[in-house]
Amino acid sequence: MTAYPTSPQFKNNSRAALADGQLQKALGNVRTNFIAKRAGAAQRLPEFDALRDQARDLRDHVLAHLDVYLEVYERKVIESGGHVHWARDAQEASRIIVDLALARGARSVAKGKSMVSEEIGLNAALERAGIKAVETDLGEYIIQLRGEAPSHIIAPAVHLNQEDVEAEFRRVHTWLPQDRDLNQPESLLAEARAELRAKFLAADIGVTGANFLVAETGTSIIVTNEGNGDLSQILPKVHIVVASIEKIVPTLEDAVGLLRVLARSATGQDMSVYTTLSTGPRRVDDRDGPQEYHVVLVDNGRSSMLGSEFEEMLRCIRCGACMNHCPVYHAVGGHAYGWVYPGPMGAVLTPALIGIDKAGHLPNASTFCGRCESVCPVRIPLPKLMRHWREREFERHLSPAVSRAGLGLWAFFARRPALYRFATGLAMRALAWAARGRGRFSSLPLAGGWTDKRDMPAPQGDTFQAQWKAQQAKQRKRT
Amino acid sequence: MSARDDILANIRRSLGVSGTDAPRRASVEARLAAHKRGIAPQRGQGDLAGRLAMFIEQAQAVATSIARVSNIADAPAQIAAFLHEHDLPARVIMGEDARLRDLPWEEAGVAVSYGRSFGDDLNSVSFAEAGIAETGTLAFVSGAHNPTTLNFLPDNHIVILRAIDIEADYEAVWARLRDRFGAGLMPRTVNLVTGPSRSADIEQKLLLGAHGPRRLHVAIIEA
Repeated sequence: MTAYPTSPQFKNNSRAALADGQLQKALGNVRTNFIAKRAGAAQRLPEFDALRDQARDLRDHVLAHLDVYLEVYERKVIESGGHVHWARDAQEASRIIVDLALARGARSVAKGKSMVSEEIGLNAALERAGIKAVETDLGEYIIQLRGEAPSHIIAPAVHLNQEDVEAEFRRVHTWLPQDRDLNQPESLLAEARAELRAKFLAADIGVTGANFLVAETGTSIIVTNEGNGDLSQILPKVHIVVASIEKIVPTLEDAVGLLRVLARSATGQDMSVYTTLSTGPRRVDDRDGPQEYHVVLVDNGRSSMLGSEFEEMLRCIRCGACMNHCPVYHAVGGHAYGWVYPGPMGAVLTPALIGIDKAGHLPNASTFCGRCESVCPVRIPLPKLMRHWREREFERHLSPAVSRAGLGLWAFFARRPALYRFATGLAMRALAWAARGRGRFSSLPLAGGWTDKRDMPAPQGDTFQAQWKAQQAKQRKRT
Repeated sequence: MSARDDILANIRRSLGVSGTDAPRRASVEARLAAHKRGIAPQRGQGDLAGRLAMFIEQAQAVATSIARVSNIADAPAQIAAFLHEHDLPARVIMGEDARLRDLPWEEAGVAVSYGRSFGDDLNSVSFAEAGIAETGTLAFVSGAHNPTTLNFLPDNHIVILRAIDIEADYEAVWARLRDRFGAGLMPRTVNLVTGPSRSADIEQKLLLGAHGPRRLHVAIIEA
């Protein structure tokens, strides 16, 4: 596993990602498929935008009453025979799960896909306790074999191509015939299905995340397309749900309101294949299902985001639409972000969870094009929140000296309009003169960050303010 | 302080509220008691014939195969034909459900076993709790009548669904559950299933049959 976080090295990570031909090929799939599929799903449902407004309002209501809903939810889980554990931080959450597993003599854990389990470093913690954790989502299984972290919150292996998967299966599944045909994606899927089926059946404990926790009934809900999270929880004797505290929804009706925007925003499906609602352990009348049901509620910094300028981030339902539509994610992929959550949602959430001192590059890696906000099913104003991080970074003197000096210089002129007009006018004319005949610069002093990767267009000879003035004068003459 | 108390206290501090704040508790209680319906897509909201047509359209769009059977007694013969068509053995496993057990399986030449699956069964048969027209979704409830493993482990999941059980939306299914189990109470597992299992984790190519069934076949009983 890559040492987390590598967010402080975002710039180097990005440089490497841009030069990685295989990665760039794989990212081509993100740029085209996800966007078209979401657009199709939105278009098929006339109520889609009204549902997004409703989803936003619901999430805000929950966040404003989170303490009360958590208490109700806890009571309902206990009433249905389950157990609730609370974890202040990542370490505590992992320790609770490891202790549960050790106390039951567990040797292997089947895992449904869960981002919060990545956040708390659960696999490594289990490993240290001598317990094997098996990821069962196909994409998660592939990257676990490769010792990688997910590069996308719903498509963890989206940075890989088919030949990478084939190579990995040949390297790891050594007990299978060397000359088997793995040329088709179907044969890769069949091989993974057979290998994982045995692991599901052998697992002592199943760990899943939760898309939603329903306060009304004490129910956890997961959505999957493969059926892996579902098998992970009905075959082993113990089902442990690990979920962050903001996953609460009040009622089953509210859960449905979010389900209607989740899959459409994520994969462009109207509904994921499996939506599984689990409440407590198996009942007297049940022939299968777990004998024990545990929920680990993880805070890990979220309670401090409430009431702050970052509270809106806690609306997030983890669909991945923001990264699917992000030109920066398209260019560098998810690993460059250096921690669990990539893309625009990661650029806002990561600094809150691991610190702006480590993740300061992430909110800066944005063109503020606004596509993320325009597709967010719960209408999180992601560019605004990234701007808040930039302000914090500036206030805390974390931004580099050169940009601080530059901003200081700009502020000096901006407060003196006459001087500002004079100086910018001079600069424009100088630049236009320097670029005469070419219309652009391939390099500029102090602006290498811009001109290294593209040309700087030359100004047309005058400032905007001067051109505006001239334009207004011309119009006045005409009327 | 326990982790629980710490977390709740920190939430309240951040929100600037106290734990004994009556209006906030009342607002939560009211919302839970009302469990109000939100916006539901118009497309599911037809009469019985409209819901049936929408269910079939949506289910087929996600690769569920559909057969229409006029009488439930004809379901085993239809299922035998489905198994034959796909070169599958005429052998199925099902839960202890009288509605299924009493059907003429023997006459249709289909061998039946009962109970949960351990992963060695090719074909399972379930009686659906309900269908949902909006997205062509099937609802299953766990219990001896339909162990949850039957929905996931066999390669071919065959479902009997009565047309009169096709509801407009998920909310109508929640209403059924509240009627049967009581308000705020749920069975261990409720599965909403929309098509056969799939994955697009390899280069985003959509492939059927990831961990769950490769085929999902529904016999809709019209009478």
